[in-house]
Amino acid sequence: MTAQNTPYSTIPTSPTIDKVGVEERVARFQTRSIKGPAKMQGLSMVLSMIDLTTLEGKDTPNKVRQMCYKAQHLHDVQEGLPTVAAVCVYPSMVAVAREALKDSSIKIASVSTAFPSGQAPFEVKKMDTQFAIESGADEIDMVISRGKFFAGEHNFVFDEIAAVKEICGSKRLKVILETGELASLDQVRRASDIAIHAGADFIKTSTGKIQPAATMQVTYTMLMAIRDHFDRTGKMVGMKPAGGISTSKLALHNLVMVKEILGDAWLSNEWFRFGASSLANDVLMQYMKQVTGKYQSVDYFTID
Amino acid sequence: MTESNNKWEYAPSLESTSHIQLKERYDLFIDGKWVKPSDNRYFSSINPATEEKIAEIAWASDADVDLAVKAARKAYTEVWSVMKPSERAKYIFRIARLMQEKARELAVIETLDGGKPIRESRDIDIPLACNHFFYYAGWADKLQDAFPQRNIQSLGVAGQIIPWNFPLLMAAWKIAPALAAGNTVVLKPAESTSLTALKLAEIIEASGLPAGVVNIVTGHGDTGAAIVNHPDIDKIAFTGSTSVGKLIQKAVAGTAKKVSLELGGKSANIVLEDAPIDQAVEGIVNGIFFNQGHVCCAGSRLYVQESIADEVVRKLKQRMESLYLGNPLDKNTDIGAINSKEQLQTIEKYVEIGKKEGADMYQVTCELPAKGFYCRPTIFTNVAQSSVIAQEEIFGPVLTVQTFRTIDEVIQKANNSPYGLAAGVWTDKGSRIFNLTSKLRAGVVWANTYNKFDPASPFGGYKESGFGREGGLHGLEAYLK
Amino acid sequence: MNILKTYKIYIGGQFPRTESGRTYVVKNSSGDPIANVCQSSKKDIRNAVQAARKAFGTWSERSAFNRGQILYRMAEMLDGRKAQFIEELMQQGSSADAAAQEIERSIDRIVYYAGWCDKYQQLLSAVNPVNSSHFNFSVSESTGVVGIVADEASSLIGIISQLMPVIAGGNTAVLIASESLPLCSISFAEVLETSDLPAGVVNILTGSADEMLPTLAEHMDVNALFLSNASKEMVKSTQLAAVDNLKRVLVLNEDWTDESAQGIRFISCFQEIKTTWHPIEQIGGATSTY
Repeated sequence: MTAQNTPYSTIPTSPTIDKVGVEERVARFQTRSIKGPAKMQGLSMVLSMIDLTTLEGKDTPNKVRQMCYKAQHLHDVQEGLPTVAAVCVYPSMVAVAREALKDSSIKIASVSTAFPSGQAPFEVKKMDTQFAIESGADEIDMVISRGKFFAGEHNFVFDEIAAVKEICGSKRLKVILETGELASLDQVRRASDIAIHAGADFIKTSTGKIQPAATMQVTYTMLMAIRDHFDRTGKMVGMKPAGGISTSKLALHNLVMVKEILGDAWLSNEWFRFGASSLANDVLMQYMKQVTGKYQSVDYFTID
Repeated sequence: MTESNNKWEYAPSLESTSHIQLKERYDLFIDGKWVKPSDNRYFSSINPATEEKIAEIAWASDADVDLAVKAARKAYTEVWSVMKPSERAKYIFRIARLMQEKARELAVIETLDGGKPIRESRDIDIPLACNHFFYYAGWADKLQDAFPQRNIQSLGVAGQIIPWNFPLLMAAWKIAPALAAGNTVVLKPAESTSLTALKLAEIIEASGLPAGVVNIVTGHGDTGAAIVNHPDIDKIAFTGSTSVGKLIQKAVAGTAKKVSLELGGKSANIVLEDAPIDQAVEGIVNGIFFNQGHVCCAGSRLYVQESIADEVVRKLKQRMESLYLGNPLDKNTDIGAINSKEQLQTIEKYVEIGKKEGADMYQVTCELPAKGFYCRPTIFTNVAQSSVIAQEEIFGPVLTVQTFRTIDEVIQKANNSPYGLAAGVWTDKGSRIFNLTSKLRAGVVWANTYNKFDPASPFGGYKESGFGREGGLHGLEAYLK
Repeated sequence: MNILKTYKIYIGGQFPRTESGRTYVVKNSSGDPIANVCQSSKKDIRNAVQAARKAFGTWSERSAFNRGQILYRMAEMLDGRKAQFIEELMQQGSSADAAAQEIERSIDRIVYYAGWCDKYQQLLSAVNPVNSSHFNFSVSESTGVVGIVADEASSLIGIISQLMPVIAGGNTAVLIASESLPLCSISFAEVLETSDLPAGVVNILTGSADEMLPTLAEHMDVNALFLSNASKEMVKSTQLAAVDNLKRVLVLNEDWTDESAQGIRFISCFQEIKTTWHPIEQIGGATSTY
């Protein structure tokens, strides 16, 4: 099969990116001042968009159960708080999470395709995905083959994503680019375009295992890819920055960016997520500060 | 799971004005003292965002200007020109430091008086103004190193007249190099934006700078004319319109006055088909809507390669819709108020001309505040080089968009103007950047960026955009023999 | 009886007669006619500016090294025709010694500026350390078409001293020769014509500066003017006429026969400074230390 007649060849050329220009644009989002009711609403949105995550070698069923409880009871002291959008776990923990969340509306996302490196045979990756879905996963967070991407085999990357999407069927597929490894924004943009055209429902920055992870520059670049795809086709794609977003301020600036690039339509957990393990409590503390007028202490916010 | 789309509006986030100190009435700063204008005339400074009066400003007469020039001459002969250069440097450093300490107050006053968004006065105008003093302070005792080929000497008394678009920054651009080079100064701020120059006078007073080294005389055009025509002034430095620049040139013809002029422009911003397109769109927006387009080097003529023109215009319109227009004191405001009623009328006149010329107009759909002078960001597509709006400087948030096919064509069109202040070039190809940057007849060329300023970077125009440079080593030249 | 030579003017690499068809007789100090010289007109100014504008692109973009070669060639050609210039200088009142000295100094001055052609840029340019992630540099560029009114009191060295820094800097020139001492100007045009200088880079007109200068000073396609030892009235009227397109006007009162009446300062007067910005992309944490 030659490059001229593959599905890959239908992807439009990706625009080049000037990183300094991106940094300046991002700095503008960071000067947005979110106060009063806008801040309350924003913080609440952030909570509802979190994919509460544990992805460690030492994850145990109990750890996952505890996290699932927290996912449903963020801060019971305060009424009217949303739950997080989903929990995100390894395939081996999906069944545990399914059991723990029962009929809650919180989704279960499973990483797959030999997360985090993606360095496994294609067949293994497919089985990995299949297993997660059969265990009860609602969403699949796959990683792209960065090695192949750097070797110039973009075709391979595309085909792999398309194959995983086929296995997912109606389950939503998030495609992790691992932007910390891709390094340049031009590469991030190309990988975004490949993932979107191969059928990603969401594109996601990082595994959380590599630094830097979800920088605003990277998220900006991916949001622009989503914007261009929407303008061309009318189809919405979701975005999930993951890794490194641990403060309310940064989370709100991410929302500012989503609002100003994609519009309010993306401001729900159907189209935007934060992959994070420690963001929720900082948001809760800021939220309670708004409610009570007092600065908060970590001792009053549970860790699971 | 939240399924409904959230409407999320930013709440007002106003910069506090509680810490600023403004007098109800400002006199003239002459010979280190606050002096009442000789014929006791004052005029009002208006907040263009609310149309409310902020303060009364003294209107200097010929006699007041004469007093200021005499003070400057005396300070030049007796103090400043004979002071050890390293001592001069210390005073300028000290002014810079005091300005930094008052940065927030200066930013708020700049926004109140001129209508520019607080984000810009806080993040751009005021820091750059402070940096300018810092930069030139260090030159004061290194002038001979700057020009080793000649025996350098200061000029004497410099008369400086500045515009309303960057009030404090322009004062810094004028005063700092003049002082560093050993001259004394009589400066006239623009009548609609005198306040930060007067606050600077207070800072200068507090710095202990010897009396008469810097004199600030406020007023209208007649005050400026008195400076230009004063026989004991050695140097005129002017930033403003090309028409007034020409009047000054006529006035000084046949005299020994040295002149530097930083005048108008109609700068071309050129986007090639291989450009980093989203950053180019940002550059277009920054090029024309920064400071409501009140920028002499605004990228007011956009040239887009035809193959990407539709995409660029679509993205540009999309981006324009995310600009926040409104109260300049709101930290989220991107587009503030037009500086004055007169300027708003000028801009509106050009918008009418553009419509009559048959160009397609697009304006941001936002609401305009009920009071104050506001103008929607505006672009005209389907514009020809021969359209009036593509030739004349509008000095407002109005962009003309033209398409081109080849690089030769766009070089010719970009240079096809009496002006030559700045230009922008957007392309991914290095060799193409150098081809364009070397062939564009303009004093500043921004490649893959726009509207960047720095004290170390020389600024100034070719052709009718003026002569002389401000900033950097080259900026010293305007104040030395 | 001598046949009076008729000197033509020099425009666009050609030696036409003036459009006006007028000539005037140049006399020596004892009042004897020595030559017929064109009394050029406004139309000649127009043609000369047109030729200078046309030549500007190629001359200013030619490599600096090549400009230096051409200027050096001029010096060689002038050296080869010393005798003719000495004769003309003497016809116009110089002593033999003074004429010989003037031609030597003229040759030296051309060589001097030939050397500057590819050097002044480095002294006038700068890399500017801006406080952001940009590479920022300033370079000097030629101003454009320069109108020169030759020093009325000098026949050769004045022309050379005013012309060379202008063209060494990549500008093109329209020169109005000294009305009373015009002979060397046209002979020097013959030197230029045989020195590989592209047509139109230098254009030389003879006649009355009072008549032609207003046209030149008002001309909207002239970028700068260069007067030398001009009267106060001429300076003022020129500065006024120059306002319409903001010509740069340089007025100097130098003694061009002085050895020190040369330097980069005369070149820099006809240079514009262009500052260019470009972003510098920084990826990851890599620094120059590795």
